[in-house]
Amino acid sequence: MSDAAVPAKRKGFRISPGALPYVLSLPALLVCIGILVPFFTAVAYSLQRYRLSQPWARRWNWGENYWNFLSDSSFWNTLKVSLTYAILTVGLELVLGLCIALLLQKRTRFNNFVSIMLLMPLMTAPALASLMWKLMTNPGFGILSYFASLIGFEDFRWASDPSTAMLTVVLVDMWVYTPFIMILLLAGLRSLPKQPFEAAALDGVPRLFVFWRITLPMLTPYLLTATLFRVIESVQQFDIIYAMTQGGPGDKLTVFQVEAYLNFFQSTNVGRSAALLMILWVITYVLSMIFIKQWLKLRERQRGEI
Amino acid sequence: MDQTSTLEKVLRRVAISLVILFFMFPIFWIVLMSFQTNETILRVPPSVIFEPTLSNYVALVTGKLETQAGTLEINFMSNLWNSLFLSAGSVAVGLILGIPAAYAFGRIKFRGSEDIAFTLLSFRFAPPLLVLLPLTIYFQKIGLADTYFGLIWVYQLIVLPLILWIVRGYFEDIPADIEYAYRIAGHSWFSTFRTVALPLAMPGIAAAGLLAFIFAWNNFIFALVLASADKQPVTVGALAFVTASGIQYGQVAAGIVLSILPTLALALYAQRYLVEGLSLGAVKG
Repeated sequence: MSDAAVPAKRKGFRISPGALPYVLSLPALLVCIGILVPFFTAVAYSLQRYRLSQPWARRWNWGENYWNFLSDSSFWNTLKVSLTYAILTVGLELVLGLCIALLLQKRTRFNNFVSIMLLMPLMTAPALASLMWKLMTNPGFGILSYFASLIGFEDFRWASDPSTAMLTVVLVDMWVYTPFIMILLLAGLRSLPKQPFEAAALDGVPRLFVFWRITLPMLTPYLLTATLFRVIESVQQFDIIYAMTQGGPGDKLTVFQVEAYLNFFQSTNVGRSAALLMILWVITYVLSMIFIKQWLKLRERQRGEI
Repeated sequence: MDQTSTLEKVLRRVAISLVILFFMFPIFWIVLMSFQTNETILRVPPSVIFEPTLSNYVALVTGKLETQAGTLEINFMSNLWNSLFLSAGSVAVGLILGIPAAYAFGRIKFRGSEDIAFTLLSFRFAPPLLVLLPLTIYFQKIGLADTYFGLIWVYQLIVLPLILWIVRGYFEDIPADIEYAYRIAGHSWFSTFRTVALPLAMPGIAAAGLLAFIFAWNNFIFALVLASADKQPVTVGALAFVTASGIQYGQVAAGIVLSILPTLALALYAQRYLVEGLSLGAVKG
C-alpha cells in the first residue's frame, strides 16, 4: 500500500474511535434483533388463550397456560420424557466417551486415525442419522432386527414398540454425540501435565488409583464443560426423535420441542405450545449461564498455558 | 505405561474394535444398501455378497424412480441444491456480519461488549422452536415465508454465534502490539484491519466458516418449520422421501449417502479445527 493512498482514505471516510466498535457490530446486532422480536412474541403467546383454529376466541389469559400444567398429566409426561432422555444420553455418552478417550490417549498414528474416523457420525445430520437407523431397524429387512432375532429377540420392534422406543433413540443419540464428548475429553487428556503421572509411575502407584486420584480430578473441568454443553442440547433434542417416530408411539417420546411442535401444527394450540417452550427456555437458560461460567474458566486456563 | 501385559493389549484391541464397529457399521451398511436393489436388500438372512448396481444413484440424479406403480418424479437433486445454496449463503452472510463484530468484540473492548457478546452466544443455546413458531406467522405477514432470504436470515441463529465466538478468539490472540506499530506508522484502522488482523485471523475464519457450513447443512428444524417442498434442504427432503410409499429402500440409502457425503468430506478436510470449533474455542485441539 503506497503512503499517498492512506491519508486520502482517512480524509474521505472517518468514524470516531469511540463509535467504531458499535458501527462494526451493528449489522450483526440488527440481524439478531430481528430474531429477538419473535422471542418476545412467544412470551406474549404463552400468556394468551390462542388457538389457530379459533382465532376469534383469542384473548389474554395471563398465567393460565402455565397454571394448567400443574394438573396436566401430558405436561408432566413431557417433562419426564425430556429429563429421562437428557440424563440417559448424556450419562451413557459420558462414560463411553471417557472410555474411548482413555483408549486413544497415546498419540499414535493409529489412534489419531481412529479419532478422526469417529468424527464421521458427529458430522452426520442427526435427522439423517435417525433415517439410517430407521433403515437398519426396519422389521422387514433391517440388519439390527436380524441381529436381534439371532440373539433370541424374535420380532424386536425397536422404535415402534413403546417399551424399546426410548432405547432406540438413545442409541441413535449416542451414535451421533458420543464422539463429541470423546474428542473434548481426548483434547483434555492430552493437554494434562506429564509430571504427576511420571511421578506416580516412578513410585509404582497402581494404575486404577492414578485414574481416580490424578486423571479424573484433573479432567473434571473438561468433563463439566462437555456435560453441560450436551445436557443443554439433549434436553432440547428434536431432530433425532422427530425423524425417528415423531414423538410416538403414543406419547412415549414427546419431549419438549416435539410436544410443542405437535401442539402448534396439529392441535394448533399456540398458547400451550409457547408456554411449553418458555419452560424449556428457562431450563436451558439457567444451564447455559452455568455453562458459560465454566467455559470461561476453562478458556482462561487454556490461554494461561499457552 | 510400559508394563502393559499382553492380556491388557488384547483387551484394548478388542475394545477399540468394538468402538470402531459401533460407530462405523451404520455408515458402512447404508453405503452397501445404496448399491443394492430391493431384491437383495430384502433377502433373509442379509448378506454382504451382491451384484453392486448404480441404478439407485442414477434414479436420484435423473429424478425418475421406477416403481411397480409406474415412474415417480422426485426432485431429490433440488433438495441437494437447496442445502448447498442455503448453507453457502448463510455462511457468506454470517462471515460478512460476523467478522467485523468479532473484531470489535475481540480487539476493541468497549462498554457493554461482553454483555452483547454473551447475549449473542446465548442464542446458540435457546430452543429454536421458541423463535421459529412466531416467525412462521410473521413471515407470512411480511412475505418472507418460504423464501431463501427468510431462511438464510434465520440460519444466522446457528451460523452467527459460531463465527463470532471462534473468530473473536483468534483476534484476541493476535498481539495488540503488532497492530499498534502499524497504526503508529500512519495507517488507518481499516487498513490495519485488512492488512494485519484479517490475514492473521484467517485460519480461525476458515475454521469457523467450514464448521458453520456443516452445521447449517445438518440443520433440520428451521427448514422443517419454515420451508415448503421446493425450498427444502436434504435433511427435510430425505424424511419426506422415506415416508413416500412404493419407494425402493436402496434409493433411500443412496439419498442418505449423497446427503451426508459433503459434510463428512468437509469434516475430514477440516478435522484440525473441529475440536476447537465444536467447543466454541473452550478446548484447543
